[in-house]
Amino acid sequence: MSSQIESLVNKEYQYGFVTDIESDAIPPGLTEETVRQISTRKNEPQWLLDWRLKAFKRWQSMTEPRWPNVTYGVIDYQAQTYYSAPKSVKPLQSLDEVDPELLKTYEKLGISLNEQKRLSGVAVDAIFDSVSVGTTMKEELKKHGVIFCSFGEAVLEHPELVQKYLGSVVPYSDNFFAALNSAVFSDGSFVYIPKGVRCPLELSTYFRINAADTGQFERTLIVADEGASVSYLEGCTAPKRSTNQLHAAVVEIVALDNAQVKYSTVQNWYAGDKDGVGGIYNFVTKRGKAFTNSKISWTQVETGSAITWKYPSVILQGDNSTGEFYSVAVVNNKQQADTGTKMIHIGKNTKSTIISKGISAGHGQNSYRGQVKVLPKATGARNYTQCDSMLIGNQCGAHTFPYIEVGNNTATLEHEASTSKIGEDQIFYCKQRGLNAEHAISLIVAGFCKEVFKELPMEFALEAQQLLGISLEGSVG
Amino acid sequence: MLKIENLTANVGEKAILKGISLSVNPGEVHAIMGPNGSGKSTLAQVIAGHPGYEVTGGTVTYDGQDLLEMDAEVRAQQGIFLAFQYPVEIPGVSNAYFLRAAYNEIRKARGEEEVDPMEFLDIMAKKLKVVEMDEAMLQRSVNAGFSGGEKKRNEILQMAVLEPKLAVLDETDSGLDIDALRIVAEGVNKLKRPDNATIVVTHYQRLLNYIVPDFVHVLAQGRIVRSGGKELALELEEKGYDWLLEPAGASA
Repeated sequence: MSSQIESLVNKEYQYGFVTDIESDAIPPGLTEETVRQISTRKNEPQWLLDWRLKAFKRWQSMTEPRWPNVTYGVIDYQAQTYYSAPKSVKPLQSLDEVDPELLKTYEKLGISLNEQKRLSGVAVDAIFDSVSVGTTMKEELKKHGVIFCSFGEAVLEHPELVQKYLGSVVPYSDNFFAALNSAVFSDGSFVYIPKGVRCPLELSTYFRINAADTGQFERTLIVADEGASVSYLEGCTAPKRSTNQLHAAVVEIVALDNAQVKYSTVQNWYAGDKDGVGGIYNFVTKRGKAFTNSKISWTQVETGSAITWKYPSVILQGDNSTGEFYSVAVVNNKQQADTGTKMIHIGKNTKSTIISKGISAGHGQNSYRGQVKVLPKATGARNYTQCDSMLIGNQCGAHTFPYIEVGNNTATLEHEASTSKIGEDQIFYCKQRGLNAEHAISLIVAGFCKEVFKELPMEFALEAQQLLGISLEGSVG
Repeated sequence: MLKIENLTANVGEKAILKGISLSVNPGEVHAIMGPNGSGKSTLAQVIAGHPGYEVTGGTVTYDGQDLLEMDAEVRAQQGIFLAFQYPVEIPGVSNAYFLRAAYNEIRKARGEEEVDPMEFLDIMAKKLKVVEMDEAMLQRSVNAGFSGGEKKRNEILQMAVLEPKLAVLDETDSGLDIDALRIVAEGVNKLKRPDNATIVVTHYQRLLNYIVPDFVHVLAQGRIVRSGGKELALELEEKGYDWLLEPAGASA
């Protein structure tokens, strides 16, 4: 049985190819000069450079967190390249001007930037190494007043919005990796949905790391004004390389009064080979701030990266605000993940839901780390946490680290946890009904992840399905 | 249909089946009885192809083919069905989805078209009646949170849908109250056809009041120590198993 499971979970990484393209890179190393150079290349205003420099100073005084339940070698921050952009990409270029080689890369990844061939109902911002190569459907979105563009473009075209909200949810001083990102971030996506507008399209950003020894430090800022709503999708892949590459992103979400933001991720960074050589180090800070009656929902399917350190969180600032976290994290071979969420209840009658599904195979180590904090003024706060782990094989591990702090005795918190194992008996039962082992495992895993998959937008459910080799038909909803 | 000759099988180092021979023809119902630990369930699992048992000798021919060469899913696709003594739970996967997946695999193996969910619901509506089950059962996860009786009934529902050529019922009566026992047994009887066969593995005679066997075999210490007609089951009910164990030991 174990060999059948192995062959299923050890499917080849399909996105490991490299695009041969000339790039403009700032030499490896990180000094104040690097920060200035990045800012210059992006024609940034002084206030942003100042902000970067403050972040850099702060970062220099910080130490890398080693509390996560993962082990990895020393990261030499001076050996990394912090900026690499395809030479052919010009600032503010239109999609017609995009290098065909880059278009081909995205086609190969299954992401068409050609508006005629686009997925209906989805606008895409494509980030290649340090820069955005293009954003589709901008005109259509403009009609509704929706701004969806690269971060660099937003800084130039909508500086007042960027300046108002940048760092308002994740301050540059927040943590080691957030500070690093604030100093050297090169691009990312920016979204603004005006008051009362329901974004007519799904917005999505596709992140691709291509260059060797280059880190990707993107920054995403999503602002949903009062009564607005948007669904945003994020996908990630990288070539197979034998060295580890750093990805330290920051995502900030602001949901003003009565707004709703749904943020979905299918993370499939290169995970390293079966011996744990290579792969992405994914150290990401994602956080949303929810104002009165608003709702922020994170859904993530994490299958890639050698190391994952990621806690998409919601600050429930306003009364009656809602935070949700739905997660499937898969580790295989030598992958390690320490992921979970933080729900900080500040407003009255705030509500949060956490559904975490961890799947461990091979020698993978999967940790759920979640914090639920209820502040003294958060009368009537409610949290429901469900944390399930599934083990495939005998060499892997699943760990749970819940932190609960309650400062208001009217709060209601529920926590449920379970650990299960795909056993020979389950597989034999399916086989006895005529299903082969691969089909059986897909079925069992899909059933396990059902509560999370049903939260994914249609387009992504499909991708998640392919990613896990799972047939979702009928088991969702 | 099924011909077992001198079959021996181990779990780990331990020999459980020590030379079983048995012939089953279309239209027949065979009961395998015997005390706990006699190897009844092992025989059922070996026929179904459970990887936890190692066949160490003998042959099993099914419809002229070497059964022992087939993977468990191929055996299922070829019409062998095992009603489990302990049906397995699959949380999050609906009964309807699971059953349709199984049904379609078996159709595919026969070279037939797969059915879509709507067609399948029509098929299910009829089959549910066989085991007096409510449609709501279809939307529940496979066996998850089912009572013991519901699980066993669900096994018979699956059997009704998959229409096996050879059904092996492994202690289907254990843990059932008298009403559930009647429903399950009637279900099995309704599914009986001249071209299929049933092997009923049971510890107690009471199931055989409902499912009347053509042949009864008594298994003890890994061997069939006595075979007879349905009256043998009644004799066992009266005398227990002990009187059969002694001669088995003596003749070994």
